[in-house]
Amino acid sequence: MVMANPANFVVEDSPEGGRIVRLSGSFVIASISGVDGQLRNVTGPVSQIDLSAVDQMDTVGAWLVHRTAKFYAADITGCAKDAGRLIDAVSGVDAAEAVPRPHVSSLNRFLAEVGGGVVVGITTLLQFLGFVGQVVKAFFILMMNPGRFRWHAVVQHFDMVGVRALGIVGLMSFLIGIVIAQQGAVQLRQFGAEIFTINLIGRLTLRELGILMTAIMVAGRSGSAFAAQIGTMKITEEIDAMRTIGVVPAEALVVPRVIAAVIMMPLLGIYASLMSIIGGGILCWIVLDIPPATFVQRLREVTPLTDFWVGMIKAPIFGAIIAMAGCFQGMQVKGNAEQVGLKTTAAVVQAIFLVIVLDAFFAVFFSEIGWG
Amino acid sequence: MDQPNIISVTGLCNSFGDQVIHQDLNIEVRRGEILGVVGGSGTGKSVLMRSIIGLQEPIAGQIRVFNQGMIGKEEDEATDVRRRWGALFQGGALFSTLTVAENIQVPLREFYPDFSKDLLDEIARYKIFLSGLPPEAAHKYPSELSGGMRKRASLARALAMDPELLFLDEPTSGLDPIGAANFDNLTRDLKETLGLTVFLITHDLDTLYAICDRVAVLADQKVIAIGAIEELLAIDHPWINAYFSGPRGRAARRGHSDQNGKVRAEMQQRGRS
Repeated sequence: MVMANPANFVVEDSPEGGRIVRLSGSFVIASISGVDGQLRNVTGPVSQIDLSAVDQMDTVGAWLVHRTAKFYAADITGCAKDAGRLIDAVSGVDAAEAVPRPHVSSLNRFLAEVGGGVVVGITTLLQFLGFVGQVVKAFFILMMNPGRFRWHAVVQHFDMVGVRALGIVGLMSFLIGIVIAQQGAVQLRQFGAEIFTINLIGRLTLRELGILMTAIMVAGRSGSAFAAQIGTMKITEEIDAMRTIGVVPAEALVVPRVIAAVIMMPLLGIYASLMSIIGGGILCWIVLDIPPATFVQRLREVTPLTDFWVGMIKAPIFGAIIAMAGCFQGMQVKGNAEQVGLKTTAAVVQAIFLVIVLDAFFAVFFSEIGWG
Repeated sequence: MDQPNIISVTGLCNSFGDQVIHQDLNIEVRRGEILGVVGGSGTGKSVLMRSIIGLQEPIAGQIRVFNQGMIGKEEDEATDVRRRWGALFQGGALFSTLTVAENIQVPLREFYPDFSKDLLDEIARYKIFLSGLPPEAAHKYPSELSGGMRKRASLARALAMDPELLFLDEPTSGLDPIGAANFDNLTRDLKETLGLTVFLITHDLDTLYAICDRVAVLADQKVIAIGAIEELLAIDHPWINAYFSGPRGRAARRGHSDQNGKVRAEMQQRGRS
């Protein structure tokens, strides 16, 4: 078996008319690929296939012999006992009709995909509304029965969503503060208004960027983790087991995660804004020669308290959206491992999209009520 | 080249942390036999199989497959051995993003990239037939198959390369008794037709009686006995006694001898009438 002789064949004219194909060598999987194409191109009619010079055969070889014999309605001769058994085994497949791969024209497929997309979009929206309803209901039930509240899970998620995000959120915000200050300084210097860089840093980070960048980071870190955790639990039937026991998944899994995100988002947001201001302050000190004391004093003069409140009102709402999107997509997983990946991606994309849409809405809203 | 032992394991030691799984374990699998491997849960049956396949690096010992040492071989080495065996894992382990036909073609495409598309399709088709699946299963995804069909699809993939050696890890677990009996028959038919050597891990006593030539018993971190079932019955060991002479063991033996006896009884009856 290790040393396979090459498979080969010759075509001879038979005295009784027709042709004889004489096979020789090893008709095994390792030596067959060349002969496969040649056997398909033998010009017929072939009346006989002679196997007496074949030294080894496996099922792939048997299949080639059988296929050729069937195509030309030829007889198989000189076949050893083992080879005969293999040919009999593979020839059983003829009884079953070959099933072609289902084929759909590309226009049909396009229309089906568009239609499917619309249906999925609408049903997902409805399901999401239903899911939010479930979570709110579960939340109120838990408020009525505080004994059933899972404090331990909430604290664990505080750690995952908040504490463990401190490093990356801090570094990112610090760098963004530097970028804002640097760009602001370069542009405003043209008007001799470098001092306004401090307005830019203070107002932009507290109102918008501190919260928005944190939301994006939390969506990427925690929203995706929620979707993947719950999705995997769905595949391993843990969620079904919970329901069977009488534990409501919305209470046990979703509410603790949503609460953790709602509470951690504002805290992370304050922290992120602070880090941005520190980053911006350092750049102002180095590039614009504004000493820290002046920077802080100026910051207090130009940044109204409403800017802080704008950020703090948005943050918990963003947190809720991120956690809900993650848990919802996790619950949507069914079937196989690929679904977990798809739904995790969907959770992050959906969360970031919703956060930015809402952010635009808030921007208009707050300037209309005079907090601009 | 025609050495009698396809697999020979000597002095195998495996442990996870402090927990010793195998201690100085020896086992041999002869060419052309179906060797059943039994043992209580946690005695390291699957670990033994994983060690032989090379998925688990043992602490000590020698493993030879097709007379080649397998210890310390990387994933890209010993490919000439890897293409001569096939394995069916407990959960099926089909690639979930590929259809059944594509699953079967994975090893073929890997080792024989010059095979034409037509030949690959034909091979997938007759392997599906050999493993007892309906032809329309070819284009289904694993998630669309029942447990029994998934096992068969997994067997079809294990057979894709025309292996000489087949590893089966609990092939009949999770199947209904009729499906399990069919799977046993399929295994035996394939072994006889294709001349396979089979390393079969099982808890299923019916499988042992129906198709195994020899049975190896794993206990106390080693193979405590190996041989035909009749030989094992003669051994006095608490686990072997409890296993083969417990209610399930007795029922399986009775069922098996009934099947053999039935033919004899029919012959006798015919002779009388």
